[in-house]
Amino acid sequence: MGLTVDHLEVCYRTLRGDVKAVDDVTFSIEDGEIMGLAGESGCGKSTLGNSLVRMDIRMRQLGGSVELDGKELPISDAKAMRDFRFKEVSIVPQYAMSALNPTRRVGRMVAELLKSRGFDYKSALPELERRVKLVGLDEDILRRYPIELSGGMKQRVVMVISTLLNPSLLIADEITSALDVSTQRAVGEMLLEFRDRNFVKTTMVITHDLSILAQVADTILIMYAGKLAEKATADVVINNPLHPYTQLLISSLPDVGIRHDEHTLVGIPGRPPPLLNPPAGCRFRDRCPFAFDRCANEPPFVEVKPGHSVACWLHADGVLPSGGV
Amino acid sequence: MLVLDNVTKVFKTGTFGGGTLPAVRGASFEIRPGEVTALIGESGSGKSTLGKMILRLTPVTSGTITFEGTDIAILKGKQLREYYRHVQGVFQDPFSSYNPVYRADRVFATIRHSYYPGVGADEWRERVDKALESVGLNPVDVRDKFTHQLSGGQLQRILIARALLLDIKLLIADEIISMIDASTRVDVLNLLANLKTRGLGVLFVTHDLSLGNYISERTIILRRGAVVEMGATAKVFDNPQHEYTRMLLTSVPQLHKKWEAESGPELETTRVAPAHDEGRPGRYSKSSLHPLAGMRARKGRRAQAAVTERDLAAGLLRTDTYLRTHEEVLPLVEVEEDHFVATSTGAR
Repeated sequence: MGLTVDHLEVCYRTLRGDVKAVDDVTFSIEDGEIMGLAGESGCGKSTLGNSLVRMDIRMRQLGGSVELDGKELPISDAKAMRDFRFKEVSIVPQYAMSALNPTRRVGRMVAELLKSRGFDYKSALPELERRVKLVGLDEDILRRYPIELSGGMKQRVVMVISTLLNPSLLIADEITSALDVSTQRAVGEMLLEFRDRNFVKTTMVITHDLSILAQVADTILIMYAGKLAEKATADVVINNPLHPYTQLLISSLPDVGIRHDEHTLVGIPGRPPPLLNPPAGCRFRDRCPFAFDRCANEPPFVEVKPGHSVACWLHADGVLPSGGV
Repeated sequence: MLVLDNVTKVFKTGTFGGGTLPAVRGASFEIRPGEVTALIGESGSGKSTLGKMILRLTPVTSGTITFEGTDIAILKGKQLREYYRHVQGVFQDPFSSYNPVYRADRVFATIRHSYYPGVGADEWRERVDKALESVGLNPVDVRDKFTHQLSGGQLQRILIARALLLDIKLLIADEIISMIDASTRVDVLNLLANLKTRGLGVLFVTHDLSLGNYISERTIILRRGAVVEMGATAKVFDNPQHEYTRMLLTSVPQLHKKWEAESGPELETTRVAPAHDEGRPGRYSKSSLHPLAGMRARKGRRAQAAVTERDLAAGLLRTDTYLRTHEEVLPLVEVEEDHFVATSTGAR
């Protein structure tokens, strides 16, 4: 069943007008799939993740719908979402390091959290301890204050708590960005482990680090300026990307073994366009080395090969919508 | 150019400074002109502390840092200002390096004020424009702009341009690209690599091995404040000798290669004596692998312990402090030309 997002549009209300951070986004995640969501800062990836769990007061859903396991997810209704949060959809936020209550021991915090959702801590405790041990921590940790834990430990504790009730959808927002390489690996492998043990059904990993996604994700979705740019299996996105943005993004990453004097990498010139009044047509046009006159129209996000969708006129031939050039 | 000799930094911790935390332990290395030296370590390895000590932002506990033959610890007043004319730093967060109330290019005016008061306005403007162009910025784009109007990459480049206005010989670049977007990151890296053609020495502090490998000539790997391996970058990365370096290299997420499955025995740190509580089997059956193995050592039971690196990542900070205080700093042994490894058993 999994997650289906259909033409979702989310904006931030500001004094100067609506900033559409998620613009006409359509995708789905199958059961047991880990989907990576990547892009530069300000491309709307965190907004998309947050909107599936909790819309904050500035955010507003302008259109589209979200379906989880065949049920409509009422994302714009904060009260109705309360039945889904933590049980069906769960998030490991960007600030996971500071998500723990500093005045409570970890165990007591979990107890209070479970009680507020109508669950009993005592009966959940054996499972909690089992999972804490599974991620390589000592169950002793439940009797500790967050200040006694290191960054990697807090990150793992938050992940265990978030997935305690076996949610259907887990959103992991930049969970590896603040960690050391050895801890990054441990957390990345945890995501795979949780999937294999059916603790979570579908996972969405939001990050700007494509090399982490190459390790853990099954499919990768690239966003640019609030719109979808490319979606395919991780292997295809890394090795045979079609969208110029994805190609440039990947070619600008220094992989281990690349040396400056042998092979000089280049970045992408320019900055993403402002989303307050985004330019018409393809939003990547100004930075794209392949831009041509057709790019003045907005490219459709279409499937060009089985399982590989791209929003670029270079690859849209044969699927031209009526009214195109 | 800059030589560190047995540099140690011990921080006082706890309420009344009762505890101690050795952040850097006996680091000795040299930074040469015209080279990028990468200082690689995980969080808490003391890499930033080393950078700060070189910039005289924090005092050295013991050991000496000499710049072109002068001990920098005794510099005062005018001499210190001359030192900063040659040695400058750029730090991680470009947004907090600036005062948001003022325009970003005010950093140039402060340089003129303290180092070149005799230079006329027109000539100064010319020099600033030249420095901006040499870091790949169009002066028109960045002049008279506030920090919020510029991107992280632009701000970092302005700081590098500011350093270039001085007679700079050594640049300390402390994680300067970790807050910049992936798409512009590599441009700043290329800029750093090009600086060395001007004869500049760069100390590139980072936690990212692939970035270090990309631009540096020499690499220094730090663990818990001690240098475990150093030498020519190609040698360290192609032929890593220390287990810690190997562990780091296998953990780096790579685009075209999946993480290998656990291979070989768990990485062991040097032996810490004493530990292993044999008096209570059952409760701590895997005692020697237990993340608290180091902790229990304080209770004085005699035995041997080996704390694994992975357990430490999972384990407690206190164990880490314990190891910092009690683990021996091993001497560096030259295994091949320009490639040193910390080892207790001598050259392999």
